[in-house]
Amino acid sequence: MTLAATVRHLSAGPATTAAGTHGFLSPTGVEIAFLLVGLVTLGAAVLTVTTRQLVHAALWLVVALGGLAVEYLLLTAEFIAWVQVLIYVGAVVVLILFGLMLTRAPIGRSPDADSGNRWAALTVAVASAAALVWVVVDAFRATWIDLDGPAAGSTAVTGASLFQHWVLPFEALSVLLLAALVGAIVLSRKAGSRPARDAPPTNAPPTNAPSTDAAPARQPSARNAPAPNAPAPDAPGKDGDR
Amino acid sequence: MHLAYPAVLSALLFCTGLYGVLARRNAILVLMSVELMLNAVNLNLVAFDVWLSRAAEETLHSGQALTLFTIAIAAAEIGIGLAIVLAVHRNRGTADIDRLRDTAEGHGPDGTDNDTAATGTAAEKAEATA
Amino acid sequence: MTTTTLAVLVPLLPFLGAAAGLLLGRGAPGFVRPLAVLPTLAALVLAVLVASRQGGGRPVDAATELTPTGSVLIELALHIDGFAALVAVLVGCVATCVQIYSTGYLRDDPRYPSYAALVSLFTSAMFLVVYSGDLMVLLVGWEIMGICSYFLVGHYWETPEARAASLKAFLVTKLGDVPFLIGLLALATEAGSFRITTILGAVANGSLDHPTLIALLLLAGVAGKSAQFPLHTWLPDAMAGPTPVSALIHAATMVAAGVYFVARLLPLFEASRAAMVVLAAMAAVTMVGSALAALAQDDIKRVLAYSTIGQLGYMTGALAAGDRGAAVFHLLTHGAFKALLFLAAGVIIHAAGTNSLAAMSRMRGLRDRVPDAYWTMSVALLALAAVPPFSGFFSKESVLGVAEHVATGHTEHAPGAAGWTVLLAGLITALLTAAYATRLWLLAFRGQGAEAPDHGRQPVVMNAVLWVLAVPSLALGGLAFRLLPDWFDGRDLTPTLTTSVLGTGVALTGGIVTYAAWRHTTALAARTPLGAVAAHPEGDAALVEAEAIATHRPAYGNVASAPDPADPGRLLLGPLHRHAAVGFHLDAVYEALFVRPVQAGASLVRFLDREVVDTYVRGAAALPRWLGAAVRRAQTGNVQTYVSALLAGTVVLAVAAVLVATGA
Repeated sequence: MTLAATVRHLSAGPATTAAGTHGFLSPTGVEIAFLLVGLVTLGAAVLTVTTRQLVHAALWLVVALGGLAVEYLLLTAEFIAWVQVLIYVGAVVVLILFGLMLTRAPIGRSPDADSGNRWAALTVAVASAAALVWVVVDAFRATWIDLDGPAAGSTAVTGASLFQHWVLPFEALSVLLLAALVGAIVLSRKAGSRPARDAPPTNAPPTNAPSTDAAPARQPSARNAPAPNAPAPDAPGKDGDR
Repeated sequence: MHLAYPAVLSALLFCTGLYGVLARRNAILVLMSVELMLNAVNLNLVAFDVWLSRAAEETLHSGQALTLFTIAIAAAEIGIGLAIVLAVHRNRGTADIDRLRDTAEGHGPDGTDNDTAATGTAAEKAEATA
Repeated sequence: MTTTTLAVLVPLLPFLGAAAGLLLGRGAPGFVRPLAVLPTLAALVLAVLVASRQGGGRPVDAATELTPTGSVLIELALHIDGFAALVAVLVGCVATCVQIYSTGYLRDDPRYPSYAALVSLFTSAMFLVVYSGDLMVLLVGWEIMGICSYFLVGHYWETPEARAASLKAFLVTKLGDVPFLIGLLALATEAGSFRITTILGAVANGSLDHPTLIALLLLAGVAGKSAQFPLHTWLPDAMAGPTPVSALIHAATMVAAGVYFVARLLPLFEASRAAMVVLAAMAAVTMVGSALAALAQDDIKRVLAYSTIGQLGYMTGALAAGDRGAAVFHLLTHGAFKALLFLAAGVIIHAAGTNSLAAMSRMRGLRDRVPDAYWTMSVALLALAAVPPFSGFFSKESVLGVAEHVATGHTEHAPGAAGWTVLLAGLITALLTAAYATRLWLLAFRGQGAEAPDHGRQPVVMNAVLWVLAVPSLALGGLAFRLLPDWFDGRDLTPTLTTSVLGTGVALTGGIVTYAAWRHTTALAARTPLGAVAAHPEGDAALVEAEAIATHRPAYGNVASAPDPADPGRLLLGPLHRHAAVGFHLDAVYEALFVRPVQAGASLVRFLDREVVDTYVRGAAALPRWLGAAVRRAQTGNVQTYVSALLAGTVVLAVAAVLVATGA
């Protein structure tokens, strides 16, 4: 197996010596904790993608993301763990819940949460899982992570590396976030009926294609569009603050 | 800790998210599944970064830096994605992915919407790609 | 201006006239008639000037090379000897007459501008053929005439006869032109030049390797153009064109080109005895057959058409006897009186409202309606029948004389057999020619029955042209036979006593016998009413003629003959009449030999294409179509399905890559 061999070769000397001392049948405490939290996380993830209650899916997602934050902690990546909690559990899930409600997702069991594509999806997912697990296990079954010593992902370490080596990408990222912010606002503005509400028609956004404006205008009463679009520009604003 | 544990967990999470992307009907649920996949990748990045920073004295912490970037980009992505989904929902009255079939050969049955909605979605798509 | 410049202008002027006519014809209708007549008239004047300067002396030769053309040089060359000069005068004269006549004849024709331009182009092409000293340049004019004849014969393209006739004229002459072209190329390869003078020099040196082959190949083209057996069948059908076109084609231009070509290259043909014998046999068969056919035709223009073929037979006969002087002499006189005959026939058709002799024979007093046509046509018919003081007599006697000269073995140029063949056929044809000329005259002008319709006077230009042409028909032979030897090869063209007596005797016999037969049958005419006249007698002549041609088949059941028991030709020919009327079934033979096999082959190819080749094509198309349908079905528009397929493929590829990479 050359792929596994290559990776093993990458890991060089220390790992091989460590692999000799540690076996899968005598797990350490960290490993047991990792395994248990991992099971919870995986279970929550599975429930997220299978539950028929849409809001529950979002809540299960919170569990899964939180479990992942714990896994980061176990891997001594503290800063990442807290960021995970803040952004994912804090912002993203809230955003998703808003999205669910804005799209008038039904509360309670919805029988058509899954599309007709489910069996094909299952097949593909299981196949890729099998392939990935096989390759990963085959490649890294003997690799050992040494978790002792100072934390590999403490705020100090991460901050140092981020602002020493990764300043330029970091700044580029801010531009990307700005673009996302603008994009989200543009999308929401145009989709909304704000021009009809507080501006004369001559003030309508000039660059917009008339068809997109015409679509809601032609069916104004069929949908109750106006009210819920206020939070939408708000949400990317939160992301932009990051 | 064996690297195999986080690696396998990340693979399984990824495939779970994959299943969600492929099987869920609601666009927001699909976005959630995408988040799951991204998190699986993040876990992988963190685990390998921790391993390499010890085993190979790799001091750049590129894995963790990349994880942070991924998280930020994922947040942006979910913002834009939700905005698109909301726009689609407002225009078409639905956020069900399998009912947005305007690209079908011969323009198959597309629920209740007529040509106006079709052009509207086309414009939405154009903006989404822009 | 030098003679060369004048000679260059002669073909150039009608060509420019044609171009201007085609360009301006639609926009400026007032210029059309001057543009048609004046360049041709100017060309005639210039041709007369050229002839007077050349004067039968040394040939004028001039050449210029436009551009290098490879191994064998092609030059714009002039070669004007006595033959060329005089034939050009004839061409210019007849073309001018035809153009003037056409202004009256196609007075109201909406397509007159293009018609006049094409006639000018035709004239220009013939001038080019006549003056050219280079065979390739000659071929250019030769082919332009072919395409012009196609357009002009098909002038009344509304009628199916005209369409068929134009196609037939084009195809049959092209059938001859293919071997002609091959022959020209072979000749140029062996002689090393396209220049006629060089070629004749090579022939004189005996440096040609295959004179017989080349001569026979060239003869095929000549037979096509000059309507000699077996390629003559296009000419009677070409009568579907307007009468002035018939006059132009038959008298001076197209058919004369073949004879003139042989006359120019006669030493080449003389180099091969086989070619001369073939020429003689061709001439004899053409003469006798066409004269018999002419006796059976009902359409006045078809009679004249067959008579043209017969007179061309005389010319080729003279060439087969090795005397081009006699041939060109006959060409000149024939050009004059045949143009007159056709133009007069056009007047008669207009006046009578029909082209059927059977219908005319039931009209009284037609000659009083068209006195000019009556008198001039009488002159022309006498010339055609070779009655002594008229021009046809002298030229025909010169032909018969030279044939007799050869037959009695006084020459080394031509084989004696050829002489005998030509002499005998010529005498028989003289008899028959007199017979059909008499028949034509009697049926057209001595009709009895209802009064001929009165459409008023014919246009003055038409009548004037008739009288202009009557002069050479009457006097050209008698005046010219003493002068022409100076212009030609110098051989004496004076009629010999023996052939004169013989020829005139048979001609008189033919005429008297026909008259007797007519007296015998004319009583029958009253008993069988026949005849159909044009629906629009007040229209211009071209319209009347077009209608007459179009109604001949519905009225009489046949385009060539009418079931008229009062026809003296029927009595004279007896059982032969039926065959002669249809040109001895040559068209039927061609139909069976060529048309049917070609059509069968075409339908076979069509079948193979439709059923066999297309099956493969359809099969090749069906598989992609099915595949396309299957793929189209996969195009559901559901993004999740696409992504599923994409990821499934990715997994498969990744697993395969891993397996390959690990060597499993």
